Amino acid sequence: MRASTEPKPAEDKQQTIKTGADLLVEALIEQKVETIFGYPGGAVLPIYDALYRADGSFDHVLPRHEQGGIHAAEGYARVSRKPGVVIGTSGPGATNLITGIADAMMDSLPLVIFTGQVAKNVIGTDAFQESDVMGITTPITKHNYQVQDLEELPRIVNEAFHIAATGRPGPVVVDIPKDISATVFERDVKNEFHLPGYQPTVRPNPLQINKLREALIGARKPVVLTGAGILHAGGTEALKSFVSNYDLPVTSTLLGLGAFPGDHHRFLGMAGMHGTYAANMALYECDLLINIGGRFDDRLTGNLQHFAPNARIAHIDIDPAEIGKNVPTEIPIVSDARKALDKLNELEPATLDHAEWVEKLESNKQNYPLWHNESEDVILPQYLLRKVHQFTDGEAVVTTDVGQHQMWAAQYYTFNRPDRWVTSGGLGTMGFGFPAAIGAQIADKDSTVVAIVGDGGFQMTMQEMSLLQERGLPVKIIIVNNQALGMVRQWQEKFYDKRYSHSIIDTQPDFVKMAEAYGLHGYKMENIQEIDRELGDILNNDKPAVIDCRVVQQENVYPMIAPGKGSHEMIGVSKP
Amino acid sequence: MKRIITAVVHNRSGVLNRVTGLLSKRQFNIESISVGRTETEGVSKMTFVVDVEDERKLEQFSKQLNKQIDVIKVSDITDKQIVARELAMIKVLTTPQQRGELQAIIEPFRATVIDVSKESMTVQITGNSDKVDAMIELLRPYGLKELARTGLTAFTRGQQLHQTEVKPYSILN
Repeated sequence: MRASTEPKPAEDKQQTIKTGADLLVEALIEQKVETIFGYPGGAVLPIYDALYRADGSFDHVLPRHEQGGIHAAEGYARVSRKPGVVIGTSGPGATNLITGIADAMMDSLPLVIFTGQVAKNVIGTDAFQESDVMGITTPITKHNYQVQDLEELPRIVNEAFHIAATGRPGPVVVDIPKDISATVFERDVKNEFHLPGYQPTVRPNPLQINKLREALIGARKPVVLTGAGILHAGGTEALKSFVSNYDLPVTSTLLGLGAFPGDHHRFLGMAGMHGTYAANMALYECDLLINIGGRFDDRLTGNLQHFAPNARIAHIDIDPAEIGKNVPTEIPIVSDARKALDKLNELEPATLDHAEWVEKLESNKQNYPLWHNESEDVILPQYLLRKVHQFTDGEAVVTTDVGQHQMWAAQYYTFNRPDRWVTSGGLGTMGFGFPAAIGAQIADKDSTVVAIVGDGGFQMTMQEMSLLQERGLPVKIIIVNNQALGMVRQWQEKFYDKRYSHSIIDTQPDFVKMAEAYGLHGYKMENIQEIDRELGDILNNDKPAVIDCRVVQQENVYPMIAPGKGSHEMIGVSKP
Repeated sequence: MKRIITAVVHNRSGVLNRVTGLLSKRQFNIESISVGRTETEGVSKMTFVVDVEDERKLEQFSKQLNKQIDVIKVSDITDKQIVARELAMIKVLTTPQQRGELQAIIEPFRATVIDVSKESMTVQITGNSDKVDAMIELLRPYGLKELARTGLTAFTRGQQLHQTEVKPYSILN
């Protein structure tokens, strides 16, 4: 009898006791986080305990290496346009995330990364698994925090998500000392945020919009350059209207592919180091260049002295620091790309006096298309990429690492829709493509996701095949296997007199057996007949697959602007 | 060209590291930097003297600073009417016989002697950087044992008279 009257309040109390980690979990729920890419460890034990208690609130994805986890979060963010959430422990957990953080910074991907830290009273004593996460990540994050007091945790989480996802997106690190996540806490805390130094300009200045329109009307040789800013802003429809209002030719940066339909008759192809002749010559000869949401990266511009020498430059970017950074800009428009395009589209459309220009670009397009060698048996990588496009109707989400296979994918997998292209552009990270595909597949369960990877890059993060095995995610991994670090080999051939220093890797694992070891289907393809016969079925079934495609090692990516050259000095424009 | 830039910043831990790290990463040349609290709690002010190549570099400097979440406001006050001061302490080698002579040198600069020992004395001077430079040069022949400068700190005058060459700078176009 006594027992039934007594202990009830204690039980209630047990349930209401909250730790810092519970506050974190509540804040994540409030942010509507669905998926977490995380790896447990000593300093995040309290957080993992809270996640255990909040079972079912999130889909927790456990990569086999933190780098795989954060690249997956990047793929997730790129495809879903929502922040990717990452958890790692202190010390090596945090340092293993660094490549992904730097990658997300360069390509403006919204990530919120929570790292464990040693307890506050031992910070600075070289404690076990301590690393200076704040010091290491300050230059490669949009912002970072170390939580000093439990009361500020919910506010910081709120601010972190706000900063990561608004303005120019980017990674935000929140470093949480173990004692803070473990502290028991009973009061309610306020979580409103206070960011007087962060007010991104999202609406364009009407004067500059008018200036751009006047420049457009006076232009004889206008061209539009699309960057990833359009994708982040969801501005593809507004862009289509803008382009058709003035009948403008369009080219794209690497990361901007998909912002404008690749099969549109006014699309010139990608510009830059391995862009099309028509696109690069349009940039070189234009008299008005409208860059929307790109950042004039050196791989796009080539030698800046020869970049768009006769053009007036208009640049729409949400980050004012990008405007005028590399290219002097006459018409700067600080704005969200979609809002700027909407404003432009409110103005009366006009017919430009640019028939001659459009005709010239069209003839460049016809006379100097992308070209590649032909083969009856061995697989040429360009052929492979065209087939991948064909078998997936150009609708797949395509992810890549960096290098030759990336350029071939950009050239030959024509993207007609936005948010289908996930590649490591700015940082150029090997090992990015496959884990990014996992994140993309989690974000978009219904689409076919194809990871186009090199044999070099795949070996950097291939342990994540475990995730395909564990979750049955139907990611298709196509290894463009030339048994070499292709782009390094290409540069050594062209610029280092064929001294192939450590770029040929002919010792490889048996990728088919490797796939089988992970319980996946592995395929090896050595000629185009196998591609034609089997690849379509493999890409269109609902099972994960590893497809080891043996391609010709000597193939180079063309055309090309050699380093230090201007965009008009392309080599390999036509078949020799 | 030399410019004086001020930045009002959120006084959170690591803010100085953020700012100096940013400037070194972007290869800006800082001649001096001074930081201190302001009239508002939680807000500090940094004053930079930078040497930049041209207008575009200068614009980048301001924009990159502005981009920092903890930076609230950036101003280039070089062409405004400003009061700018720095403090220097100079330990000069001196014999007891030379003390009077040194006293006469520093007096027009309104500098003061704040420490004396058998073979040296320490002078404190406050003023703009040119004035400090001038006095240091006069003291140099006697032998400078130690020299420390705080770097310039500055703000605009309460009244801006005869503004002929004020260049307003805004990141909003």
